[in-house]
Amino acid sequence: MNVLLDHFPEFRDGFLGTLAITAASALLALVLGILIAGFRVSPIPPLRVFGTAWVTVLRNTPLTLLFLVAFFVVPQVLIPGTSPFVLATLALGFYTSSFVCEAVRSGISTVPIGQAEAARSLGMTFSQTLRMIVLPQATRTVLPPLSSIFIALTKNSAIAGAFSVAELFSVSKLLSDKGFAIGWIFLWIALAYLVITFAISGLFRVLERRMGVAR
Amino acid sequence: MSEVSGTGSTEAPAPAGDQLVVLDNVNKHFGALHVLQDIDLTIHRGEVVVVIGPSGSGKSTLCRTINRLETIDSGAISIDGKPLPQEGRELARLRADVGMVFQSFNLFAHKTVLENVVLGQTKVRRTDKAAAEKKARALLDRVGVGTQADKYPAQLSGGQQQRVAIARALAMDPKVMLFDEPTSALDPEMINEVLEVMQQLARDGMTMVVVTHEMGFARSAANRVVFMADGRIVEEAEPNQFFNNPRSDRAKDFLSKILHH
Ligand SMILES: Nc1ncnc2c1ncn2[C@@H]1O[C@H](COP(=O)(O)OP(=O)(O)OP(=O)(O)O)[C@@H](O)[C@H]1O
Ligand SMILES: [Mg+2]
Repeated sequence: MNVLLDHFPEFRDGFLGTLAITAASALLALVLGILIAGFRVSPIPPLRVFGTAWVTVLRNTPLTLLFLVAFFVVPQVLIPGTSPFVLATLALGFYTSSFVCEAVRSGISTVPIGQAEAARSLGMTFSQTLRMIVLPQATRTVLPPLSSIFIALTKNSAIAGAFSVAELFSVSKLLSDKGFAIGWIFLWIALAYLVITFAISGLFRVLERRMGVAR
Repeated sequence: MSEVSGTGSTEAPAPAGDQLVVLDNVNKHFGALHVLQDIDLTIHRGEVVVVIGPSGSGKSTLCRTINRLETIDSGAISIDGKPLPQEGRELARLRADVGMVFQSFNLFAHKTVLENVVLGQTKVRRTDKAAAEKKARALLDRVGVGTQADKYPAQLSGGQQQRVAIARALAMDPKVMLFDEPTSALDPEMINEVLEVMQQLARDGMTMVVVTHEMGFARSAANRVVFMADGRIVEEAEPNQFFNNPRSDRAKDFLSKILHH
């Protein structure tokens, strides 16, 4: 019990760290995921190939391996001196984007084809059709899987702790190394994750309800 | 075949003469199915062409190739002198000049009736919002659904939805309007309200290609009837000539079936 009160600043920083990296990679995953989903349904073959390759590679690679690539390959060949936070965000965001992409793509396929045909017949471009007609109607079906994806992302962010990013999991490691009772540490850490994941599913429930009455 | 198709247009010359839509030796396959076979068809400005034929004869496909919702395997299609470009911005620009009305309406389900008619104007034609709304309301009044402007498509009857769809297409000031069985998904009592809007359009001089089973409309509004069977244009003639005195056996057979129903 005392471990929380005595080390509140560490717990707080860990909590904020997890929150920050989850939010940053969720945003990255969302933007990339929607973009790549657009690639995958685009009329341009090279974009479709790129989208398929993106999903296949990222979805089938263990996340830990992506972290290793991000921390040991990316700084060497691309951008030396990038902060661990950014590298971890890249690994998590890219990985999660493949799942977001597939959720968005399955949402797109629930929108009747006639909607896109009508938009194209009016002279709307492919990207206008996608942004203004198809994606807004796909949103409702995409929200539930997206909620699960972001909850998984929250928990996956623990891996970043092992790569010297200050977040909840690294706090537990720090304190247990100092010899505090591991049971209590884990309990508090687990509760902190619960707060975040509950907040995510709550947020998505609100969004779903809002979409429900919007029509 | 050329002898049959030639006569129709010489007997009833199109109102304004110049060629707006030209299909030249168009062929298309769906896998092994040769759905369009050597299609030659010229539609003149101001002309109303009705396409009829048995189910599966390729009428919808023909209609959809004209704005390239379906690609073709060989041949050429041009609209107002310009060949249909590849998918991209240029094709989008050309599609804006070709109005399309679908059997299943395809109104944007997440937009109100007014927004449906405004969207193409503001996003494609770059008209400013106030002008677009004004025009949309005028068009909705013209097709008789002005009071429904703020509803969502799902709140309208089929006949009302189809009239909104016509207004949406007209809002782009198209050079030609394509109708693919616009009344086939409607309850009988709603068919006439849509046909009347189309009749009025025809009288106003709109160039129209209409795939339909409504023979009354074909008789009264068409300058020319194109009869398709098995992916070919079997006969082309002026409506009176076609209905009273069809030349091909396929057309005779088809007419005897539908007129005895
Ligand atoms: N996307 C497609 N893929 C494969 N075959 C298709 C496709 N669209 C149409 N077909 C086939 O092509 C043929 C012509 O279809 P089309 O829809 O043009 O006929 P239609 O004359 O409009 O018939 P209907 O009066 O029933 O609407 C049919 O045999 C149909 O099954
Ligand atoms: Mg059809």
